[in-house]
Amino acid sequence: MTAVLFIAQRASAAVLAIAVTAHLATIIVAVRSGLSAAEVAARTHGNTALLILYSVFVLAVAVHAPIGLRNVLREWTAWRGRSLDVALGLFGVLLMVLGLRAALAVFLA
Amino acid sequence: MVAAMPIAHAQYLQVEVWRSAAAGHFQTFRVPRRENQTVLDVVTEIQREQDPTLAYRFACRVGMCGSCAMVVNGRPRWTCRTRVDVGLGTAAMLRLEPLRNFTVVKDLAVEMSAFFDKWRDAKGHFEPGPSPPRDFAVVPPASPQRQAADAGIECIGCGVCYAACDVVAWEPAYLGPAALNRAWTLVNDVRDAGSAARMEAVAAGAGCHLCHTHMSCTQFCPKGLAPTYAIAGLKRATVARALRRRP
Repeated sequence: MTAVLFIAQRASAAVLAIAVTAHLATIIVAVRSGLSAAEVAARTHGNTALLILYSVFVLAVAVHAPIGLRNVLREWTAWRGRSLDVALGLFGVLLMVLGLRAALAVFLA
Repeated sequence: MVAAMPIAHAQYLQVEVWRSAAAGHFQTFRVPRRENQTVLDVVTEIQREQDPTLAYRFACRVGMCGSCAMVVNGRPRWTCRTRVDVGLGTAAMLRLEPLRNFTVVKDLAVEMSAFFDKWRDAKGHFEPGPSPPRDFAVVPPASPQRQAADAGIECIGCGVCYAACDVVAWEPAYLGPAALNRAWTLVNDVRDAGSAARMEAVAAGAGCHLCHTHMSCTQFCPKGLAPTYAIAGLKRATVARALRRRP
């Protein structure tokens, strides 16, 4: 792992520490007074603050997870080199696209 | 049976010794128990009295040269300064193996060139620069940099930390605790002019950021050094350097 990846992993972890805490608080608030999808969606619909929170959350995950997975794969398998980096870069993009899509869907629901 | 007897009363030690190279086996020897006997004494007695083909390495016998490290009952140790009582722990016999994470040459002797190549790769040598001062440098002993260098300077290159490190086992390219500890002492050497290249080397893919802070190196270092803290220092320094480069 290079210094740049190390910084990216630590910085994204710091963001995640805040985002996960906010996420847990959001869950507690969003499920009060009714647990059905329609009831939850009614409370989260159009909430810009939630959209920003989850967008930041997703971006931090998209940075953090591939770096950690890269370390695990390098330590536990023989997979090395450019193919590994490209695969995990694509994995990060996939996490970002799926996550942002979900965050937007909750906002628009 | 000797192995089952209490240690204090046993007259003989049962010693299992690794023989041959990587695909070897353990051979059992019976060695007279002596007062203040070290593990190296046991190995030497086997080689001189029972099996002259046993290969092992030692030089100074007083904890200075770093030649005699082996795995004693599962733990890497300097055998010249490890008394049998300590090596045994609660076990009733000694099991001696070559150092982990090294290529075994024969029996208890390992090939150490990869280990020292990594000192070179980490730029673990003093670099005086193009115009070194003609006079002695005055380095106050109480200065933070001198104290940081002092903390790691007594390394004898025995390879115990390298054998104890799980990251080396997982990622053979990892520079390892000893080379990084050496690099950190030089980063803190105010006379040295080679830290730009050194920081580049230790911040690369196989450098200090691979360390998981398991602290096995620090636990097993026979000189009581703390390579983990040296590596943490390198992580801080390389991060600061990377951030300065990208304003």
